[in-house]
Amino acid sequence: MDLFNNLIFGFSVAFTLQNLVYCFVGVLVGTLIGVLPGIGPLATISMLLPITYGVPPVAALIMLAGIYYGAQYGGSTTAILVNLPGETSSVVTCIDGYQMARQGRAGPALAIAAIGSFFAGTVGTLLIALFAPPLAEFALQFGSPEYFSLMLMGLVAAAVLSQGDVAKSLAMVTLGLLLGSVGNDVHSGIPRFAFGITELTDGIGFIVLAVGVFAVGEIIANLGASREPRLSTPSVTSLLPTRQDMKQAFAPILRGTGIGAFFGVLPGTGPAVASFASYMLEKRIAKDPSRFGRGAIEGVAGPEAANNADAQCKFIPMLTLGLPVSGVMALMLGALTMQGIQPGPDVMSQRPDLFWGLIASMWIGNLMLVVLNLPLIGLWVRLLKMPYRLLFPAIMAFSAIGIYSLNNSAFEIYLAAMFGIVGFVLVKLGFSLAPMLLGFVIGPMLEDNLRRSMVMGRGDPSVFFTRPISLGFIIATALILIIVALPATQKRRPLDAG
Amino acid sequence: MMKVEFLDKKDFWSGVVLIAIGALALLIARDYPFGTMVRMGAGYFPTILGALLVLFGVHLLAKGLRSADKIEAGGSPRAMIMLPLSLALFGFLMDRAGLVPALAALIVGSAAAGSEFKLVEAILLAVLLIAFSVAVFVWGLGLPYTLLAGF
Repeated sequence: MDLFNNLIFGFSVAFTLQNLVYCFVGVLVGTLIGVLPGIGPLATISMLLPITYGVPPVAALIMLAGIYYGAQYGGSTTAILVNLPGETSSVVTCIDGYQMARQGRAGPALAIAAIGSFFAGTVGTLLIALFAPPLAEFALQFGSPEYFSLMLMGLVAAAVLSQGDVAKSLAMVTLGLLLGSVGNDVHSGIPRFAFGITELTDGIGFIVLAVGVFAVGEIIANLGASREPRLSTPSVTSLLPTRQDMKQAFAPILRGTGIGAFFGVLPGTGPAVASFASYMLEKRIAKDPSRFGRGAIEGVAGPEAANNADAQCKFIPMLTLGLPVSGVMALMLGALTMQGIQPGPDVMSQRPDLFWGLIASMWIGNLMLVVLNLPLIGLWVRLLKMPYRLLFPAIMAFSAIGIYSLNNSAFEIYLAAMFGIVGFVLVKLGFSLAPMLLGFVIGPMLEDNLRRSMVMGRGDPSVFFTRPISLGFIIATALILIIVALPATQKRRPLDAG
Repeated sequence: MMKVEFLDKKDFWSGVVLIAIGALALLIARDYPFGTMVRMGAGYFPTILGALLVLFGVHLLAKGLRSADKIEAGGSPRAMIMLPLSLALFGFLMDRAGLVPALAALIVGSAAAGSEFKLVEAILLAVLLIAFSVAVFVWGLGLPYTLLAGF
């Protein structure tokens, strides 16, 4: 059986000492930043990207992925213990998780969150293994018009589903595309928007932009925000959930996994959307909805499973189509490109070690998280007390070294400083930055495929409508825009996107 | 203090920013060959994007004049100046004075951007972080940086 052989191959890659170490470092760092509020996976992955430059691609991707799903675990730990969502994905977990902790049931809440996440992670791994190969096979038929339409759909969907005003998100995608066009034009060699600066003819560095807007910009915003009061932490006595807990949590975990997997492949929906959807479903079908908000274990089990399944399934479009559906996936794609790997359906056939190794490592990483997290809870709680004023100068220092190490260029440091201000101002004006990063990453590919398509179609845009697959994507894009424009959907927009 | 009606309106300013960026892009892209539909020149794509940004900007500006959505307070002006400035100083000093002074300036400078700044604590933090960075990045990972120029 192919699936079986592939997975075994993946595990043989992931089980090398080097990859296990990188996986461990990834989930550990991920949990750490998940626990610490004020620093998220986007900033951390941007900051660590330069360091992975010298690491083999498989190990680099394994570590970055570990940071990503590790952060979800860490975020739920602090949500339950101190009512402080370390990540946006764990906002929902606060509701019933913290209530359970106040009733002295912090242990079972943490355990159920871990078990739910692990189960969802396992299913997520299997789903990727099952659905990625046929999807990549399908994508091999794509020509330039199909890719253009697919990317257009991805960008529009991401903008529409992400946080805040649709026009603002679409504008951010456009701005990202524009930033992506800086540098020498691939077709003619003409430097665009370079202002005579040599460093700019190669384009804006991906890391420079990401660190600038996410790390520096985020710190500026955090320094102005009013401080969260520190809460007393409940002690964790017994970790083991009762048999009754397990019985109550079983079905919500299953449903949460399904919801998470569904939202996972949709562009633009952060894990917060999946966990929120799962919470609403559990509350709606519960026999006694009034228990929710007062420590219902279903309200922890479902959303936690959902956000982890979502996190894993986000990899499917990125790995098979080269289409990043969230900010973190845009960073992953950037990491691949930096390693000289052209993202797309060929990755699976040309770099099977990378593909299957990464998938297997996610399962191993999830297992590590369960084993690692429960005994280390005491340590994480203590870390929470670390003041932000000591943390952010360290983030600045590592970000700076990271950017400088790319090209030993002071100019890129100045550029990152500028993007820090730009990022902060944009956030203040109510723009979300993830769509911009998506646009920036996809921009050069989108333009290239547009120009190739127009050559193919001899200048006739109907090339996008006469090819069935491309037409499908165009219709889907139009539908998304129409649905958003309908007055009934104007006020009901998802929470947040990662 | 009296305020002009639209001065703190979020969408209004969003629109202004987008129109400015879009117009600038359109203006600069005029210098690049536009090409034809079949063979798009270097200026084709940026021109479309610039025009789109202006359109989004006009939409937001119009919306902003009607809505009451205000820019929230928060975000300290001090951090907005100090953080990018210390980062830029890091780049400047890296090229001229070496890693140790560059990091020292960056860490103390950014710590000073916070509202709970304590000089002694910041210096201690800088010493610790510099020692860690030199050990990990220069000795461990072998990044070829001068620690202190002239030594």
